[in-house]
Amino acid sequence: MKILVPVKRVVDYNVKVRVKADGTGVETAGVKMSMNPFDEIAIEEAVRLKEKGVATEIVAISIGVAACSETIRTALAMGADRGVLVETDMAVEPIAVAKMLKALVEKEQPQLVILGKQAIDDDMSATGQMLAALLGWPQGTFASKVAVENGGITVTREVDGGLETVALTLPAVVTTDLRLNEPRYASLPNIRKARKKPIETMKPADLGVDPTPRLTVLRVTEPPKRRAGQKVGSVAELVMKLRTEAKVI
Amino acid sequence: MSDILDAIEQFLARDVVMHVHGLEKADAYPAEIVERMKALGLFGATIAPEYGGLGLPCGQYAQIVERIARVWMSLTGIFNSHLIMAAIVGRHGTDAQKHEFLPRFAVGELRGGLALTEPDCGTDLQAIRMTAKRDSDDYVINGTKTWISNGIYGQCFALLVKTDLSAQPRHQGMSMFLAEKGPGFTVGRKLEKLGYKGIDSAELIFDDYRIPADRLIGGVEGFGLKHALSGLELGRINVAARGVGVAQAALDESVKYAQLRKTFGKPIAQHQAIQLKLADMATRTEAARLLVGRAADFYDRGIRCDMEAGMAKLFATEAAMENSAEALRVHGGYGYSTDFPVERFYRDAPLLVIGEGTNEMQRIIIARQLIERSPV
Ligand SMILES: Cc1cc2nc3c(=O)[nH]c(=O)nc-3n(C[C@H](O)[C@H](O)[C@H](O)COP(=O)(O)OP(=O)(O)OC[C@H]3O[C@@H](n4cnc5c(N)ncnc54)[C@H](O)[C@@H]3O)c2cc1C
Ligand SMILES: Cc1cc2nc3c(=O)[nH]c(=O)nc-3n(C[C@H](O)[C@H](O)[C@H](O)COP(=O)(O)OP(=O)(O)OC[C@H]3O[C@@H](n4cnc5c(N)ncnc54)[C@H](O)[C@@H]3O)c2cc1C
Repeated sequence: MKILVPVKRVVDYNVKVRVKADGTGVETAGVKMSMNPFDEIAIEEAVRLKEKGVATEIVAISIGVAACSETIRTALAMGADRGVLVETDMAVEPIAVAKMLKALVEKEQPQLVILGKQAIDDDMSATGQMLAALLGWPQGTFASKVAVENGGITVTREVDGGLETVALTLPAVVTTDLRLNEPRYASLPNIRKARKKPIETMKPADLGVDPTPRLTVLRVTEPPKRRAGQKVGSVAELVMKLRTEAKVI
Repeated sequence: MSDILDAIEQFLARDVVMHVHGLEKADAYPAEIVERMKALGLFGATIAPEYGGLGLPCGQYAQIVERIARVWMSLTGIFNSHLIMAAIVGRHGTDAQKHEFLPRFAVGELRGGLALTEPDCGTDLQAIRMTAKRDSDDYVINGTKTWISNGIYGQCFALLVKTDLSAQPRHQGMSMFLAEKGPGFTVGRKLEKLGYKGIDSAELIFDDYRIPADRLIGGVEGFGLKHALSGLELGRINVAARGVGVAQAALDESVKYAQLRKTFGKPIAQHQAIQLKLADMATRTEAARLLVGRAADFYDRGIRCDMEAGMAKLFATEAAMENSAEALRVHGGYGYSTDFPVERFYRDAPLLVIGEGTNEMQRIIIARQLIERSPV
């Protein structure tokens, strides 16, 4: 079975994000970029399925600027077989990404698409669901456990108040939650080998999709600064302050 | 290269940073981290790809060493002398030795280091007393090595011995073996140290240790000192890279702390006395990094670089000494506390001015080269 895994290039999770001076977005110039952590989990899951003999090929896809090929290389070093880069300088929104992925699914004919449940930059949590809807495929979102058996797939989902298990027929869309697995590192020899794996490059137009944004960003601002905490001397003082100053009780 | 450094940073952030303080305080061997280092492929970093290594050039390797030393210098010792041993086999070993040992070194299945120093001599290696006597197809080795990094957890060492005590010049009677632990080869005590905690430094005792003659590196007696010295350029560049790492770490902690700590109504970073320190620390670090890069570049191009490597080693390790002392001052009372990392830098840095040729010897080497290269 073939698995597609889309991987997004985002500001590294260790970087303290700064708002651009003109308020149009966050600063990305000279900032360390990495693979969206949920996508690392998606790649890891696909690689594990390949190691179990369930999957035969893993294709990593990234949509965005030319440097997204670095993100694909990371996926290749972790164990994906080849990459597809859909290159555009536009800021792509989930619906445009989902449409391009749909076109790639039609071309590649995978049995499974594994995505991160959300990207840590805009936290939309939309692409996987949109893709499933466009394809008319079943979806298992926020997966904390995935098992492929008897031509179907069982997905344990993290939902409010507990776990829900759903059985899907293949082909299907799965999105990963944090506890699905702990992604491996790419070893240095595998990073080397990944440099030789193929990456195919195309444009959104090749997939028949116009990625022009439909949303307009009005303004991006820093959250208000947290004020310093206070130390209290006694429980009585705490209760008094909660009542008179914070006015919460 | 940036992808490889990214992988190193990721390894440090995920598996190292949070454990350093505890392991350092307990002086405990970082066994789990070593397993990660094996999986990452670090033990084969400079070993040729045909033997399963990465074959990284020295310049890239030095950058890896610097990154790791910024977080915990001790870790770099676990793979560095191992790789110098591998470099000696790669350069001077017989084909059979290369095929037998290098693949096992590269995956970290067989790890070890360099055993040169003895209780009575370190700088003056020609004065060593360990002997290897030929006995039919074997040699029989007797003597003691000390201060050997990886001595307890390593299994195989490039061992410098005397095969002819009466040779003149003395080095013609010196040879090097690849000695694996076995009967007659025991570990003495673990040596307690000021810093460089976590990594094992030990005494190795050889008592009628029998080793097959085919473990003589290169198969011919009399080249031991040459082999040992050939590993030292790489060793010096590595120690220099550690120096850059420690100097950078001391600077980073200071730049951070100076913005957080306030005296007299402003962050101490706004007091000129602190600014002068930070500026000097940063300049030293940058200069040290450039010297290391230059020496590594010469090494990678096969140009003789004992003087350049010596300069890099001398300057970068002194930078580590100075920066760690300055970081302590910037941190005020907290610099003296074991809850902050700067006191560790202050204890680690002095090893760098001693190991791989003391800095006094580096100066002598530099001066000799100056004269040799510009005779009147
Ligand atoms: C933590 C640690 C790890 C080590 N790991 C290893 C290892 O893995 N393998 C290994 O073989 N060794 C190892 N060593 C040993 C190290 O290489 C030696 O300590 C070093 O070479 C210095 O030798 P020495 O201690 O005998 O000092 P000495 O040679 O006794 O030097 C004492 C002092 O005299 C000075 N001096 C000596 N000769 C001269 C001269 N001709 N002119 C001017 N000054 C001179 C030196 O600079 C120094 O200041 C390690 C040491 C330490 C502390
Ligand atoms: C082992 C130990 C025992 C101690 N015992 C005692 C004790 O018994 N009683 C007690 O009261 N204290 C004690 N101390 C605290 C000690 O006196 C303080 O650590 C010391 O006064 C420095 O203050 P600080 O740590 O707050 O550093 P800071 O005042 O925060 O100084 C940090 C750095 O900023 C520099 N700096 C600060 N202000 C300026 C300025 N205006 N211009 C330029 N540079 C500036 C300092 O020189 C230093 O380099 C002890 C400390 C230690 C480590």
